[in-house]
Amino acid sequence: MEKLLNELSSPRRAGVSLPELDVPPAEPLPLGFLREELSLPEVSQVDVVRHFVRLSQQNFAVDTVFYPLGSCTMKHNPKVNEEAAKMPGFMQVHPYQPEATVQGALRLIFELQEYLAEITGLDATSVQPAAGAHGELAGMLMVRAYHRSRGEGHRVRVLAPDSAHGTNPSSAAMSGYQVTVIGHDQQGNVDLAQLREAMGPDVAALMLTNPSTLGLFETHVEEICRVVHEGGGLVYGDGANMNALLGWAKPGELGFDVMHLNLHKTFSTPHGGGGPGGGPVCCRDFLAPFLPGPVAALRDGGGDTLKKPPFSIGRMRSFYGNFLVLVRAYAYIRSLGPDGLREVAENAVLNANYLQHRLKEAFDLPYTRHCMHETVLSASRQKEQGVRAWDIAKRLIDYGFYPPTVYFPLIVQEAMMVEPTETESKETLDAFAEAMLAIAREAVEDPDMVRGAPHTTRIGRLDEAAAARKPKLCWG
Amino acid sequence: MSKLSEYRYAKTHEWVRIDDGAAVVGISAHAAEQLGDVVFVEMTAVGAHLKQFDRLGVVESVKAVSDLYSPISGVVTDTNGGLLDRPELVNLSPLDEGWMVKLAPDDLAELENLLTSQKYEETFGEGH
Repeated sequence: MEKLLNELSSPRRAGVSLPELDVPPAEPLPLGFLREELSLPEVSQVDVVRHFVRLSQQNFAVDTVFYPLGSCTMKHNPKVNEEAAKMPGFMQVHPYQPEATVQGALRLIFELQEYLAEITGLDATSVQPAAGAHGELAGMLMVRAYHRSRGEGHRVRVLAPDSAHGTNPSSAAMSGYQVTVIGHDQQGNVDLAQLREAMGPDVAALMLTNPSTLGLFETHVEEICRVVHEGGGLVYGDGANMNALLGWAKPGELGFDVMHLNLHKTFSTPHGGGGPGGGPVCCRDFLAPFLPGPVAALRDGGGDTLKKPPFSIGRMRSFYGNFLVLVRAYAYIRSLGPDGLREVAENAVLNANYLQHRLKEAFDLPYTRHCMHETVLSASRQKEQGVRAWDIAKRLIDYGFYPPTVYFPLIVQEAMMVEPTETESKETLDAFAEAMLAIAREAVEDPDMVRGAPHTTRIGRLDEAAAARKPKLCWG
Repeated sequence: MSKLSEYRYAKTHEWVRIDDGAAVVGISAHAAEQLGDVVFVEMTAVGAHLKQFDRLGVVESVKAVSDLYSPISGVVTDTNGGLLDRPELVNLSPLDEGWMVKLAPDDLAELENLLTSQKYEETFGEGH
């Protein structure tokens, strides 16, 4: 086990040697404000460096291993994005600088807004929201503001399919809506009969993900949007799965009115670890006045400026979102161009179908259609041997792979949601497929071993139930 | 433990049985198995009146957080305080020690809106 810094501590050891004090010492703090028992670690610089490097080496990250975490699009983050984000003109600007001195930064925001509108087939964008669910919340608050502006505040319900990301009903509830769940049909599409029945004059919007969380293209999408629009509702698009559509289908043309994008999924900005993300919201022109702001706009007489849309729902975040995340997404879009983005979707879908094809004999495939950018398999058959999706995920760690998403979507038993992304080679996909096939054999021949995985990690199987039931949240 | 024939089930996997005039409510063994290790149960407070199929509480497992619905109308008279310290009772003994709330039922005729044990088993048992 890696020791904690406090355990590495030795009295009066220090990371740096400070020079002699050559200014008059400040008044000491009054005694009442001093603590005796505060145990700050006293460690050398090299011990600190090694401690954190060792910890980082125990991590599974997209820069160390294949990371097929479905619904999360853990693609490689091209390093040129980092070069762009390190440019002093971007990195060292301050949000309170006079507008005339940050024209380049404003132009980048403006152009990114335009690119994202073009990619989604919508009319306007705000890059303020800092993550996907944050963008969803912004979008649903816009829906609410729009209906209220038309005197239709009686629309109090939002429809969401039972395959939806959990954030969809959450965002609707956070925006003050009641959620009605719509079931799915035999092909994994939204159940149209249920949708028609649930639609009514009190419905504000439907929230839809396409491709759905089953990794399937929602083939009724146009009919779904028509039903909702005819009833006076809006269609919200969850853009988490946009990687499958880039350059091939525009949600705006499919019928969506407002959607978010995840820059940290589709547009290759760093992802996970709770770090900064980007969840821009794009919409049709009639919703643009409600966008969170400010947004970048052209200034009369040339140059760029920031404007708050006239009926803006307000700020979703301080300043202009996570600006350096925007720089990375911009660099990604510019370095690939329209043809490159189209190829991204093409290869993402090809890779997922390749894995689906290689794995569909050994695991159950609840929906046998071609998938889009991810495939949802089921470990129902392995469960009969007592090996659950959970165990297969743990065992994959022994094979050097980050596990896929498990137990989501909720409508598939023992779900394993595999999203390889476009950035993986055939060799990597084959190595992953071989590992999955080997685990399927192990589940039959040695189920106990699989249930005890992982075996090669510094720390073995954790008791996750005990950790949640009796959490220890403090050190010492 | 009571006889299986005394249990009635909602399609949302809660059971109810009438014990000395009180409606005892919990979740099915099937639901407990599907949820996996239960780590937290939140129940509506004593004194609340619930209509049949109203939200009764929340059960959180290592896999998912799910709403619970009351299989019968009535006033909550008791909650299983033992689940606060030992939520695992829901997994170990879903039909008995893992009970969640007791209600004073409004109308026992509502039991007719529920599935019998046999019907529930046919619908959600092994192989479904």
